Amino acid sequence: MTTTDAPAATTAKPILEVSGVTMRFGGLTAVNDVSLTVGEGEIIGLIGPNGAGKTTFFNCLTGLYVPTEGRVAYRGTVLPPKPHLVTQAGIARTFQNIRLFANMTVLENVLVGRHSRTKEGLFSAILRGPGYHRAEAASRARAMELLEFTGLADKAEHLARNLPYGEQRKLEIARALASDPGLLLLDEPTAGMNPQETRAAEELVFAIRDRGISILVIEHDMRFIFNLCDRTAVLVQGQKIVEGDRETVQNDERVITAYLGAPLEGTTASEDTQ
Amino acid sequence: MTTTDTTETTPVIPLPARVATVLTGLGAAATAGSALMSWTWTSEFPGDLTYFGSPAGLQWLALTAGLLTLVLLLGTQGVPGLRWAAPARTNNAVLYAATGAFAVGWFSVIAIAVDLGGLANLEPGGWVLGAGSLLTLAGALGLPLDRRTHVPLKVLNWRLFLIKPIAWIAYAGAAAIPEDKPVAPVLTALTAGAVIAGTAVLLVQAGHLVNHWLRLGTVPRPLPAPRELPSLVEVLLIVAAFGIGLFAITFGIDTEYGELFIGYLLLAGSVGAALGKSGLVPRLRALTVKYRSVTTGAAFAAAASFPFTQSSDQYTSVAANILIFATVALGLNIVVGLAGLLDLGYVAFLGVGAYAAALVSGSPASPIHVQFPFWAAMLTGAVVSMVFGVIIGAPTLRLRGDYLAIVTLGFGEIFRITMLNLNGTTGPKITNGSNGIPRIPDLNILGWDLGKPTNLFGIELGRFSNYYLLMLLVTALVVLVFARVGNSRIGRAWVAIREDETAAEAMGINGFRLKLLAFALGACLAGLAGTVQAHVSYTVTPDQYTFAEALPPNSAFLLAAVILGGMGTISGPLAGATLLFLVPKKLEFLSDYQLLAFGIALIVLMRVRPEGLIPNRRQQLEFHEATIPAQPAGDAAALTKAGA
Repeated sequence: MTTTDAPAATTAKPILEVSGVTMRFGGLTAVNDVSLTVGEGEIIGLIGPNGAGKTTFFNCLTGLYVPTEGRVAYRGTVLPPKPHLVTQAGIARTFQNIRLFANMTVLENVLVGRHSRTKEGLFSAILRGPGYHRAEAASRARAMELLEFTGLADKAEHLARNLPYGEQRKLEIARALASDPGLLLLDEPTAGMNPQETRAAEELVFAIRDRGISILVIEHDMRFIFNLCDRTAVLVQGQKIVEGDRETVQNDERVITAYLGAPLEGTTASEDTQ
Repeated sequence: MTTTDTTETTPVIPLPARVATVLTGLGAAATAGSALMSWTWTSEFPGDLTYFGSPAGLQWLALTAGLLTLVLLLGTQGVPGLRWAAPARTNNAVLYAATGAFAVGWFSVIAIAVDLGGLANLEPGGWVLGAGSLLTLAGALGLPLDRRTHVPLKVLNWRLFLIKPIAWIAYAGAAAIPEDKPVAPVLTALTAGAVIAGTAVLLVQAGHLVNHWLRLGTVPRPLPAPRELPSLVEVLLIVAAFGIGLFAITFGIDTEYGELFIGYLLLAGSVGAALGKSGLVPRLRALTVKYRSVTTGAAFAAAASFPFTQSSDQYTSVAANILIFATVALGLNIVVGLAGLLDLGYVAFLGVGAYAAALVSGSPASPIHVQFPFWAAMLTGAVVSMVFGVIIGAPTLRLRGDYLAIVTLGFGEIFRITMLNLNGTTGPKITNGSNGIPRIPDLNILGWDLGKPTNLFGIELGRFSNYYLLMLLVTALVVLVFARVGNSRIGRAWVAIREDETAAEAMGINGFRLKLLAFALGACLAGLAGTVQAHVSYTVTPDQYTFAEALPPNSAFLLAAVILGGMGTISGPLAGATLLFLVPKKLEFLSDYQLLAFGIALIVLMRVRPEGLIPNRRQQLEFHEATIPAQPAGDAAALTKAGA
């Protein structure tokens, strides 16, 4: 088996189709010709050493960067290169370094997440008709429901900055879920967590999937990834070197080389060792 | 800085608690009593302080300070009937009030001695005042105070202390240069500035010393639950509080001479601090949160009754201009406080509104010979201003942070210079250049001529009173817009953009569009105020709309009002604008040093209260996280609604 680039056959209907995405910053190619498909209700992992281009790849998906080449389609339509339009279309994300609205309350953070699913404009806010009150109450109810779901309901009125680290991560997820996404992109959701917290995060990710939301997750924690993911893609130096289930990824020479280095005397990460 | 800050309750001056209490009480009584005696023999000192039994000017301030100290002292001691005055039961409140008494007392004594040339001009009342207020402060320092156990003494870099002597020598050298040399005035000004900087260094060091000595802190003790009162009584308490507030602000606006205004500021600052510490202000705030609509109503009723307290139009013109300034500051608060866009050229939108209103006012100097009715003129001003907001905002709002600030600063000046150039020689003749558009006729609303005195409830209201009342309606509208939009989907999106624009966009917020909306709404509200301003001041000239100047409104003062008052709140910019308008107005006698004094005051305020006079809860948490205990959820919910 030389190239395992052919994705393991997926029966689910594709929700996200990425084909040939390349991102260059001047002379640096951060992401090179990466293709990936996420099916409905799937959890897909994305791993790779630091600097492999995982977050850049995420940013290409969410409109933060406009890919130099390639195409990103969500439910069959090509995504516009604007973050707010991507969210509007149904892709929500969290950030590797937590980016909450620190000086807003927990509830307000989630309400901001509802922005793309509500319409009340300036005049509606000034006039405060019955429609406004109805929409506001519905937003609040939905936000509280999500806080309930992530276990933050009793901290709704705390400032986001005062939450402990693990709960800030949860709040980021609740905020992302508030936009009713079909696909959730999680950028290292368990970074800095202890094993118990990581297990809780796993539960949460499964619960989200059970709500019918597909998930694409970047992680360094291998146990987390292999417990969760239906398939895992490995990114090394901007290139996807392998994609498949646990066995495929764990036994791939190039993955081992990328993480542990090549054996001293051996032929450098050669293709035909197996 | 250790977080395990320990506190204790000890006196600064070691005295038995009982002795200190008696001393403070006696001093406060003497201070208050001295107000009934004559302080000086001649009526030459402003306010005429020569009468027995008839307080005037500064004497009223001393009386207030003395009585307040006494009431807080007795309340803290738990004397039945006065316990309501000090629910927090801390002597620090007494100390702040005593500081106010001391400051007012000694300021008065020194002002009399300086103005009249010597301490010999003091009558016995003046001596009683000086001794009494000193005794009050000394006694209060002997009371058991809430203090930190250890405050390390901060010493500034020794090189800074060299500034002063070197600057003095340089200043003497600069003074020795013959005056006909062109460098002489420049060098004199530079060295004088250095001398002032040297003084500032010494003052900062003195502040560190005093802080090290006093070690004042907060011992956390919960406020006792307030007594159950019938809701009618609670409502009456709110009304009474606003009545007192109206009286206090009216007193400040009506001060006729600089000495009295300085005394007023000294007293107002210390009384504010004392009431805050004593627990009365938190109590009142809890009440206002409970009865929001009553509070809003009472606030506007108090503001509306201001012209009725005035016998002439002398100070209502000041009040009308304060309202204009405050309304524009509130509009700026949408842009700066909510959306976090630093706009340094905001006064231009006030100018656009004023010019638009002036052009359609029917002024003979306007090239457009039309006279719009009042409502159409206001609409024109607001809409034209909003269009300008969009035109200026669309290209500039693609920038972030400091870059935006610089570009808006530039656009503000471009507006002023354009208005100067549309004079018929350097451009089309529209605005008459530096002469501006004069003789703007008074407004006439449905037959009510605002230029003529109106008789209302048997009280005659002058021209400026009329405009004041009209402006109050505009202010009310702006407050309504701010409150409602601030606490809505749009307002939340603005705050989100301010907090983290990238994350906000990832949440589906169209950052550019919402920033443009904030810019346009802010411009629209400023334009609205501008239409009234054009009529109030008869004339619009480009010079009224500069970036920085000694008198408000200008962009720098507007921004200062927002930051000084408290970003993101309603009452903050209103309070900040009032203060910033009154201080330069009342301190005109400082002439050349006015801006200097103003700058120093701003620095001091930013140092001690970075969140502004009336912060919103978020910011208070941001700056003083350690000292504010987490609030129970219900209370916090109510405050959040009040805040944003």
